[in-house]
Parts: sequence; C-alpha cells; structure tokens
Amino acid sequence: MTAPVIDIRDLSTRFGEVWIHRHLNLQVEQGDVVALVGGSGSGKTTLLRQIIGLLHPTLGDIRLFGEPLFGGGVHREQALRRRFGVLFQHGALFSAFNVFDNVAFPLRELGCFDEAMIHDLVMLKLSMVELLPRHARLMPAELSGGMVKRVALARALALEPELLLLDEPTAGLDPDRSDSFVRLVRQLDKELGLTVVLVTHDLDTLAALESRVAVLAEQHILALGSIEEIMAVDHPFIRNFFLSDRSRRALETH
Amino acid sequence: MLPVPLATLELLGPPGERSATLSGAWTLAGLRNAGESLERALADAMTEPDLAWNALGIDALDSAGAVRLWRAWGQALPLALLSRPEHGRIFDRLAAVPQDEAKAPPPQGPTEWIIALGRPLLVLRTVLADFLALLGQLALDLLHVCRHPADMPWKEISANLFKSGVRAMPVTALVGFLIGVVLSYLSALQLRQFGADVFIINILGMGIVRELGPVLTAVLVAGRSGSAMTAQLGVMRVTEEIDALATMGVSRSLRLIFPKVVALAIAMPLLVLWTSAMAIIGGMVSAWSQLNMSHNFFFQILPRVVPLENLWIAQGKGFTFGIAVALVACHFGLRVRPNTESLSANTTSSVVTAITAVILIDAVIAIATRGIGVPKL
Repeated sequence: MTAPVIDIRDLSTRFGEVWIHRHLNLQVEQGDVVALVGGSGSGKTTLLRQIIGLLHPTLGDIRLFGEPLFGGGVHREQALRRRFGVLFQHGALFSAFNVFDNVAFPLRELGCFDEAMIHDLVMLKLSMVELLPRHARLMPAELSGGMVKRVALARALALEPELLLLDEPTAGLDPDRSDSFVRLVRQLDKELGLTVVLVTHDLDTLAALESRVAVLAEQHILALGSIEEIMAVDHPFIRNFFLSDRSRRALETH
Repeated sequence: MLPVPLATLELLGPPGERSATLSGAWTLAGLRNAGESLERALADAMTEPDLAWNALGIDALDSAGAVRLWRAWGQALPLALLSRPEHGRIFDRLAAVPQDEAKAPPPQGPTEWIIALGRPLLVLRTVLADFLALLGQLALDLLHVCRHPADMPWKEISANLFKSGVRAMPVTALVGFLIGVVLSYLSALQLRQFGADVFIINILGMGIVRELGPVLTAVLVAGRSGSAMTAQLGVMRVTEEIDALATMGVSRSLRLIFPKVVALAIAMPLLVLWTSAMAIIGGMVSAWSQLNMSHNFFFQILPRVVPLENLWIAQGKGFTFGIAVALVACHFGLRVRPNTESLSANTTSSVVTAITAVILIDAVIAIATRGIGVPKL
C-alpha cells in the first residue's frame, strides 16, 4: 500500500481573525482526478497554495507522496517540488522569455541535459499541448488566453510530474477553447497516468473530466465523491451549486 | 523507502552482432541517477547502426526517457525493436512531432552594417517623435484647462505634489546637509593655507545656491520620483488601466501626465530652496567647527556675496528641471510593453535620460546666464 499522493490531516488556516479552514481532511490517491469546488472565498486557492508549499498552514499537516512539505534540507524540498507541476490561473509565464525558453527553463535548471536534448523535449511537450513549432518563438504577450494556458501546461509537464495541480484551468476561456483544453488535460492524464487536482467553478469542466469532486464549504471538505454521489448529499451549498437550473443544463449535456 | 529509479542499458553478445537490453526506469529521475555511465553506454550503442534493441524490461518510461532513446536511435524507430505495447504510444507521438522548420539564417549582405547602424537611428527618431507628440498633447491640455478651469485635475496635482514633493523632503535634506558639510570641510582645508578663511562663504554660497542645489535636487528627484512615475505608468499600461480610463472618456494625458508635470514644476523649485538651505546650514556647521566662524558672521556676509539674482536663476532651473524629469519619466512610462524586461529597461532609460537631460539643460542655462548675478570685483 503506497501512501496517498496528497494527505492533508486536520488542517486549519487563519488569516488575521478569520478562520479559512478548520479541521480539514483530504486524501488523494494515485491516479485520481479530484476537483475542488466551493463558493467564492471558501479558500480553494488558499488550499492549493498550501499543497504546493507557497503558504504555511496555521495548524495541521500536509504530506505529498508521504513526505512532509517542509524541512529536511534544501535538496529534499527541491526534489519533492520537482515531483509536481502547477498551472497557475493566469499562466504565470515568464514574460521576458519566449515560449520555448519558458518550457525549457525548468529543464535547464535541472542541469543534466544538453541543449539538443532540451530542444527535442520542449518540442515534444509543445506538441503534447497541441502547439506548433513556430509558436515556440512567440513571446507570452503575443499569445491568446488559450495558448497561454497551453504553454503553462507544457511548462508544468516539463519535469515529468506525478502530480498536476490546476488552478481554474478553464477560467477566461471561451466554451470551445475550454472544451478543447479539458479534452487535452484528460488525454494527457490517461497517457501519462497523472494524479490531477484542480480548482474550478465550471460544471462543464467537472462533468467532462469525470473527476471526483471535493466540496469545500463551512471551512472543511463537506463531501468527496463522484458527481452523482455529491448530488445526493443534502446540503444548502450543494443544492445551490449542483441543482440549480443552470447547473442541471450543464450536467445533462455530458 | 522506495528503490532509487535507475535507467540501465546492457550490451550483450560478440562485437558485430550485439543486442542492447534496456531495463529499469527510463524516466527523468532514472536518467539523472544513471548519469555518465549510461551516456557512455548509449554512445557505444550508437556506433552500431543495426543493433537489436530489447525494451521489454523497461518498467517506467516518460517523455524524457523516450526522447533520450529517440535521439540514440537517430530520430527513428530501430528496425529490430521489442517493446511493450503501452510504450509504443509515446514513440508514435515522438514520430509525429513536427520538425522545426529550417531556421533561415539572416541574409548577410554587404549592406548589413548600414542596416545595423541605421536601426538605432530609426528607433531614436520614433522616440523623439513620441516625445514631441507628448509635448504637443500637454500644450493642448494646458490650453484646455485654461478654457475650462473646472477640468483642472486638482486632486491629482495635489496628490503628486505630496508624493514627489513633501515625501522627498527628508532624503533631500539629508543629502544636502552632508554635501554641504563635505564641501565646506574640503574648502576650509585649502583656504586655511592662504589665510583666506572668509572666502568660504563665497564658495559655498555661489556654488550651492547657483549650481549644486538645483542639480543635486534634480538628480535625487529623477531617481526617486521619476523612476516611480515610469514604473507606475508602465504597470498601468500593462494591466490595461490606461485603456480603462480612456473608455470612460477620461483623457490619460490630462489625468495622468499633466498633473505629474505640473506637480514637479511646482515642487522642484521649492525642493531646490529646501536642499540649498540645508546644504548651506551643513556648510556653516562645518565652517564653525573647522574655521571657528560664527553663525552670525556667516549670515551677515552671505547676502552680500551672493546677489539675489542667483536665487531666481536657481528657481528657474528648478522649474525647468522639474518639467524635464516629469516629461521624460512619463514618456518612458508610456513606452513600456507588457513584459518585465521592458519595464526594467524603460525605468532605467527614464532615470538615465532624465539625469543627462538635467545636466545638459544646466549647461545651457549656465551659458545663457553667465553675466547675471556674478558679483563685480
């Protein structure tokens, strides 16, 4: 029995006087696709930032691949951080680098491949996210919103992560682009056997990814399960989120 | 503890009819752990083109491992290859990667150096044209607020006056005072040798009031407020705030640039006065400790050796420098393109250009006013 990829136990977070999370527990097993949903301000992005080690939890413990996030020296932390990739909400591409250099950056930092190998790897990653070689020379400012997300995904995949974290992967994309991005993530997930955790508001994305859903409300994980299981839970937030007319329409089409 | 992933390659059989057996984890981590010995084995394997490859022993294969093998195979699948079906897909993907279109080398003609020479000149021309347009726009804004005084952006002017004027007072006071002390100390050392102690007031008075005060203040303000203005406008451009203003029918030049220019045109002469006063006080303190010159005496002599015209010249310089620094800062702020490199480059250019412009203008004014305010011997 291997340790869960993400293991959050009894996590509490406080900003000033406000408790964002209280006694939050979440386990994500290898190969799972888990979507975190919750109302605005429920602390989804905060939780994601804690999982990737950008924020320290006030209380509680987060383990990735069975190892604690902090402590044990710079090299251990660095090695752990190389096992997951993150797609930030707005891409967070380095604006001074072109597309190629953005994707090549983590590989160069690794310092164990020559330029020719890096070139081939970057081109493979770009083709994985359905970009063409000529796009490699563009600057981030010249890209459309959908392309920024694709390049950011290619960069997140550069170091062959076992765990992929996506923050609002389809926000700001038109339905068509959003569909094709979700298809891409799903295909890559199947191909590479990733564990995926995403934060989203978008029911279409949830339905299309056929993910398990973790509902974050009232400062903890209210329910975790497939969409059908979640919809069976009787709770005001879940009723509003999944059972409104708009949501029904979105879920029925899939 | 999990076993350390490792990529291995074994070459078996007699030379000429060898076979290569791959096993272990052909992943990023596996490649890193295998290191040099694997590279040597791969290089060895590449010397034989018709090698038979057995990849059935590969437990884990990711794209880094696949690309490494692909490169060893010379960008094509080897004829004799045994591999697991689930690994076939990644090689299919590699084969489907569109080849980079040949990077056409730029034509190196005999006229290349002319082009290289001309490009910065063309850039300079657009910079100058943009600057002229900015100047013209400001003139139009000035005309507009003269006709419609209700449109005068009082709030913005006041805010900028506070930010770039009042907030700059501590640092200009400190620097001015210290420069005064140092200047006075060095001059006192020399003057004492000739017994010309009293001339320290002439040197400090003329030097600080007429030259050092205005230039020192302008350099400090260019570094402090000029860079801030460039960065602010630059980021506003990147985050499309300037466009948002325009869509609300608010003129960007009237609300963003005009108040900055007006504020610095007002604040700078006052700051010049303040800095010069601090420098003279610094010089006076130093003269008292070095030459035993009383403050009373200093104050009596100062107005006699520094004619009042010098103060007006200094105020004029402050006014001009203020406008120049603000204009340069705004100009470069509007040139920022949406990336971090451009922001840093334009902020640097803004400060360097502003300081250079200040010194150039100072030289022109020095020549133009060479007959004014100099005490007759």
